[in-house]
Amino acid sequence: MNTGTQRLSGWGRANTSPALVSHEESTAAVAALVRSAAAGGLPRGILARGLGRSYGDAALNAGGRVVRTDRLTAIGDVQPDGTVEVGSGVSIAELLRHVVPRGWFVPVTPGTGHVTLGGAVAADVHGKNHHREGSVGRHVVRLQLVDGTGEVRTVSPGDPAYGAVVGGMGLSGIVTKVTLRLRPISSATLTVRTTRTADLDATMSALQEADRTHRYTVAWLDTLAKGSGLGRAVLTAGDHTTSGEAPRGGVPVGGGHSTAGEPASSIAYSPGRSLPAPPWVPSALLSPTTMRAFNEAYFRAAPARPRVTTESIASFFHPLDVVRGWNRMYGRPGFLQHQFAVADPQCLRAVLELFSRERVPGFLAVLKRFGPSSGLPLSFPTAGWTLATDVPASPQLGPVLDRADELVASYGGRLYLAKDSRMRPELLPAMYPDLDHWRQERALLDPHHLFVSDLSRRLHLC
Amino acid sequence: MLDALRSPQSVLVLGASSDIAQATVAALARRGRLDRVVLAGRPGPRRDAAVQKATSEVGRRGVVRALDFDATRPDEHEAVVAEAFADGDVDVVLLAFGVLPDAATAAAPDAAAAVVTTNFTGAVSALTASAARLRAQGHGTMVVLSSVAGERPRRSNYLYGATKAGLDAFATGLGDDLAGTGVEVVVVRPGFVRTSMTAGLGPAPLSVDASDVAEAVVAAVGGGTRTVWVPGALRLVMSVLRHLPRAVFRRLPI
Repeated sequence: MNTGTQRLSGWGRANTSPALVSHEESTAAVAALVRSAAAGGLPRGILARGLGRSYGDAALNAGGRVVRTDRLTAIGDVQPDGTVEVGSGVSIAELLRHVVPRGWFVPVTPGTGHVTLGGAVAADVHGKNHHREGSVGRHVVRLQLVDGTGEVRTVSPGDPAYGAVVGGMGLSGIVTKVTLRLRPISSATLTVRTTRTADLDATMSALQEADRTHRYTVAWLDTLAKGSGLGRAVLTAGDHTTSGEAPRGGVPVGGGHSTAGEPASSIAYSPGRSLPAPPWVPSALLSPTTMRAFNEAYFRAAPARPRVTTESIASFFHPLDVVRGWNRMYGRPGFLQHQFAVADPQCLRAVLELFSRERVPGFLAVLKRFGPSSGLPLSFPTAGWTLATDVPASPQLGPVLDRADELVASYGGRLYLAKDSRMRPELLPAMYPDLDHWRQERALLDPHHLFVSDLSRRLHLC
Repeated sequence: MLDALRSPQSVLVLGASSDIAQATVAALARRGRLDRVVLAGRPGPRRDAAVQKATSEVGRRGVVRALDFDATRPDEHEAVVAEAFADGDVDVVLLAFGVLPDAATAAAPDAAAAVVTTNFTGAVSALTASAARLRAQGHGTMVVLSSVAGERPRRSNYLYGATKAGLDAFATGLGDDLAGTGVEVVVVRPGFVRTSMTAGLGPAPLSVDASDVAEAVVAAVGGGTRTVWVPGALRLVMSVLRHLPRAVFRRLPI
């Protein structure tokens, strides 16, 4: 099982710590490891890690044990009802490669395909279709979980344990298999409508309007725009191309869905070749001035009048995956992503005004409307708005990010734990009012307090 | 844990009454994440004052705790350090204790050896105990207050300089030994710092305040094992002084 100490980091590369890393081959091997930990073998606890795409310290366990799920990669046959059982180490991209040719689609995909199903469940990830289809936890049929006593359990929606695990940041056990309900598609392309908006009011109303008519919506927003341009955005709205349309470049499905065996059609998921990012970018290029110029250029490049194009799954859902290792571009200090959700648009406006006024050097930020919350205690999405902004990990930005957090908390909003790397722990109970309920359910699954991460230590989560 | 912006949540001070230590705790608290301060030192009004000051700095979210610690009792150090780590991980260990002997002390064999016990022997045992804990937790910063006096001992200050030279060498080597464990050692070499320890001495050129040292420490935490000069210009000055012939160096009015 090839065990060794490795220095691990979050995707933002600003949080790092060493851990003893092992690659377990099976659920039974994971269960045996947890039982040995329960017997007192691992004083610094244990944590599962997928592809390390959480931005901060959620997949780190300083001085402890980290179980990589990269050998738990079995993909079962798609059942006639669209369900499929996969190992928790399977990535969304791998699953798409397997199921798209058979006429199926993963119901929720975040902005990268390089997220494992285990990680997706732990963070209860969302995608551009949250306003219609919620987060990934809504599409899970059942989970196989190794709990903190080493027992292998089946956890299903409605079980009390479900809310401890889904959104539970890996602290309630190690998910080894995920059974997911897929959705049928009839082509591997999307029909995408791109438009640009002049200010925040226009962006918000355009997103609201697009949500009524499109399955996938998102806006790329210029956080450095000032004055009347504040909140201007490039908005994209997409839908799976249906066989009635004549997609340019996409091939519609001819003969219905296939469950097992050979693909029934020629549609395929091809992420294309990824290009390596430059190893570093001079830090001067990450200044507000150059970022503003970049954001300006991006905005200008978008069509002033709406344009409809056909895009591949990879280019529409995972545009950044084309640049391998793009997270290295921020150099040694790394970067962080600030993502919050809030119901009140006044809060969104206040945070954008703060970022603009303080010249927070954010690259294009992502704005999206969320549908109703899943109701699970640590699940991030709540009805309203979510804004995600990448910024360099510069200590000088600490105070302004803290002010943004206070604004978000005062409006009853919250930060996304899969992205967080720096929030004040004392804001957590206000942001997640069901935190204590989650702690109780979590403690039932992990009575010896084995599952721990640098995130849980930093935020005193459990 | 240190967060992405390198703000620590917990600090253990060895030598609670040190002015530089108190300024450093204040500077760490201003980063807004400090919620646990353990002040280890000899009981007395100076430590009490340090506890009171730290309590007001960490505010409502914070817990400040005092531990009895005597640098001259290495046999007790492991237990004191264990006590400090009993409430959770410690992000920063600040070794700040030390005495500055006068000429009479340096001339008395027993008293001179006692200075070595405090400044060097006690530091070695306290750092060794702390390093073991930090290594086990897989993260943390040890900040060691060395001195420019350890870089090249001066005739007016050779006993103090010798203890700091030993401490500096020990901490530097320890930092390299800890490479890859997640633990970093920051060796701080201040010049003349205007504190209660140096009160009554005529200030030297390039002298600084305790708060200047504190800011340099805060900036270095999380940045990897390194040596920090305060002020930074001292690095250049000392690289010149280090290479002066001894006959010249001993005649310098320093």
